[in-house]
Amino acid sequence: MQAETYNYKVVQQFAIMTVIWGIVGMLVGVIIAAQLAFPDLTHGIPWLSYGRLRPLHTNAVIFAFGGSALIGTSYYVVQRTCQTRLFSDKLAAFTFWGWTAIIVLAAITLPLGITTSKEYAELEWPIDLLITIVWVSYAIVFFGTIAKRRVKHIYVANWFYGAFILTIALLHVVNSVEIPVTLTKSYSFYPGAIDAMVQWWYGHNAVGFFLTAGFLGMMYYFVPKQAGRPVYSYRLSVVHFWALISTYMWAGPHHLHYTALPDWTQTMGMVFSLILLAPSWGGMINGIMTLSGAWHKLRTDPILKFLIVSLSFYGMSTFEGPMMSIKTVNALSHYTDWTVGHVHSGALGWVAMVSIGSLYYLIPRLFGRDAMYSTKLVELHFWIATIGVVLYIAAMWIAGVMQGLMWRAVNADGTLTYSFIESVERTYPFYYVRLLGGLLFLTGMLIMAYNTGKTVSDAKAVDDTVPAAA
Amino acid sequence: MSAFWSGWIIVLSGLNIVACWWLIRWTMKKRAGESAQGDVTGHIWDSDLQEYNNPLPRWWLWLFYGTLVFAVIYLILYPGMGNWKGILGWSSHGSQYQAEMARAHAKYDPIYRQYTAVPVAELASKPEYKEAREMGKRLFLTYCMQCHQSDASGARGFPNLTDNDWLYGGQPENIVASITDGRNGVMPSHAHLGDEKIAKLVQFVLSLSGRATDQAAAGEGRQLFTTSGCVGCHGMDAKGNTMIGAPNLTDNIWHYGGSPKTIEKTIHEGRKGHMPAHKDLLGSDKIHLLAAYVKSLSSQ
Repeated sequence: MQAETYNYKVVQQFAIMTVIWGIVGMLVGVIIAAQLAFPDLTHGIPWLSYGRLRPLHTNAVIFAFGGSALIGTSYYVVQRTCQTRLFSDKLAAFTFWGWTAIIVLAAITLPLGITTSKEYAELEWPIDLLITIVWVSYAIVFFGTIAKRRVKHIYVANWFYGAFILTIALLHVVNSVEIPVTLTKSYSFYPGAIDAMVQWWYGHNAVGFFLTAGFLGMMYYFVPKQAGRPVYSYRLSVVHFWALISTYMWAGPHHLHYTALPDWTQTMGMVFSLILLAPSWGGMINGIMTLSGAWHKLRTDPILKFLIVSLSFYGMSTFEGPMMSIKTVNALSHYTDWTVGHVHSGALGWVAMVSIGSLYYLIPRLFGRDAMYSTKLVELHFWIATIGVVLYIAAMWIAGVMQGLMWRAVNADGTLTYSFIESVERTYPFYYVRLLGGLLFLTGMLIMAYNTGKTVSDAKAVDDTVPAAA
Repeated sequence: MSAFWSGWIIVLSGLNIVACWWLIRWTMKKRAGESAQGDVTGHIWDSDLQEYNNPLPRWWLWLFYGTLVFAVIYLILYPGMGNWKGILGWSSHGSQYQAEMARAHAKYDPIYRQYTAVPVAELASKPEYKEAREMGKRLFLTYCMQCHQSDASGARGFPNLTDNDWLYGGQPENIVASITDGRNGVMPSHAHLGDEKIAKLVQFVLSLSGRATDQAAAGEGRQLFTTSGCVGCHGMDAKGNTMIGAPNLTDNIWHYGGSPKTIEKTIHEGRKGHMPAHKDLLGSDKIHLLAAYVKSLSSQ
């Protein structure tokens, strides 16, 4: 009898598409950053307008780039840590083609202006249905693999991947309850302030479970693997996992401070966002401290640099988040570019960097190579990306605080010192710096694509056999 | 909210906080047969993945406890737990908003009140009231520039306030009335006249400012102007009526644009202009200063 092998094909597909979607999503990001710096850039062509490209950018980086990275790595991690092949090859292949089809549909419908107008949930109802089918299939493959595992204990990375899969299913289904009017238009089932609350319950938990829990799953496999060290503390894993997934559920209302939302809801949002600080940092400590005893590796290993710097950005933005949820801070930061800076310190600094590091670990192993085609290019990518993120978020921090202060400044007679357009004018220099930061980050992704192409073009067949039960 | 939902919120959120506390204590417990501190737990995945049995970092633990304690205190002081109002009696729409508004009124109202006794016309023109006009300008830049532009030159559908051409009259009391109660300008649709007649009316209207391209049509349009009801608002001489905001059609100043196409659209579809009332938002003292500033723009 032939020995059982791991299913690498679907992981290869997702890994390659992660690089491609990363470039697409970040390119659209650079275009809309350029539109803010040069407002007449696209000559008023409707389907290139900021309002239509912005949701394309967020969908492409979160769900296409981030989603492909998460599904791909989770398929790899769950097989290897459960010591068994994926539950169903056919269903796994369906999740790849289904997810890719969803992304293509998003790329067509959003520029055409077909949208539900719910942030991070813009796709219309037929696509929502397709997402549900693909996501349930993904859950079956993942948990089916866990069920037929050959090791007794479930590895911590799989807790986080599992929480991510279950919660995203719940969030997507509840937030997408809508009444179809035509094939391309529907209206939310929820009225007014309730709709806003459901939307931000969804929105913030998408951050919590898609962009935090999911990528922590990635971190818990690739950091100890690349560092060659045990995870720092099992106890910390347990506490921060359960505390993180329970308290995140309450944090959404901090997006709606000082609105029509009832006071009690706003208070809960703020209080639980503050409680969230320690559980969030648990993941950072566990990741960074895993390196203790192996710090010297940071000097020579650019993959480890990606992973550790991503954890630093993770720690920074999970500190910043609770601070921004405090009502008095929020009164300054809300509606300014500070929020944009905060989001990108998480999205570029944490999500993208940890994915890139993990992919550099993964790609050679998937394609039968010892290492990436060029380690020097990985190193170059690391520095370009890091400088890009720092320029981006520093520019947006300064711009955001400046805007918040300008908007609240009053003369001696109580009138506004600045009109809104004056704050826009003053923001231009920071928009240029942000554009430069984004361009650098995109350049890094292009280097990665070249390096990946070179690595893959010389691929050897890999048939990692599943080891016998321990 | 009903007692049930209030209780639901209190139980769920309270349990979540207590559960965090319990989770920390439970995880810290020593268990029989566990590996020594600083050693690996004994589980291995994927040939080399292991975990240390390290304790929770102490500084982190205190941070966690601290936020839990803060949460409990905050939820006692402020509204959060269902119907519990909090012992400070704070609310965003109630106490905080009212306190901020009261502070602002106490601080700023006297500044505006000092000019109320001076007539608008004097504030608008006399050199010694320059500061009053500056205050009016700052008010304008806060509340009015969104429609009328920062230099008050207006935009399509929003009148230019600097040209001494007034839809509703330019006397101080007219300006004060416009700001206080707002204005609703309505030009009804005349689509029922048909394209041919409308084209002739357009030529007539253009002829009033010497711009007609078809004199014969303009002549016929003059008849139509009288028989189609235009004179009811714009008057026999087409010079408008400030009582109802009907524009003067002879001065080549155009509220919605003066091209033949735009005039045709105006007659065909009608227009609706809306200036919102500001009496509740601003109060009479600020409106007094605003009127003086607006008046000063066209009386220099």
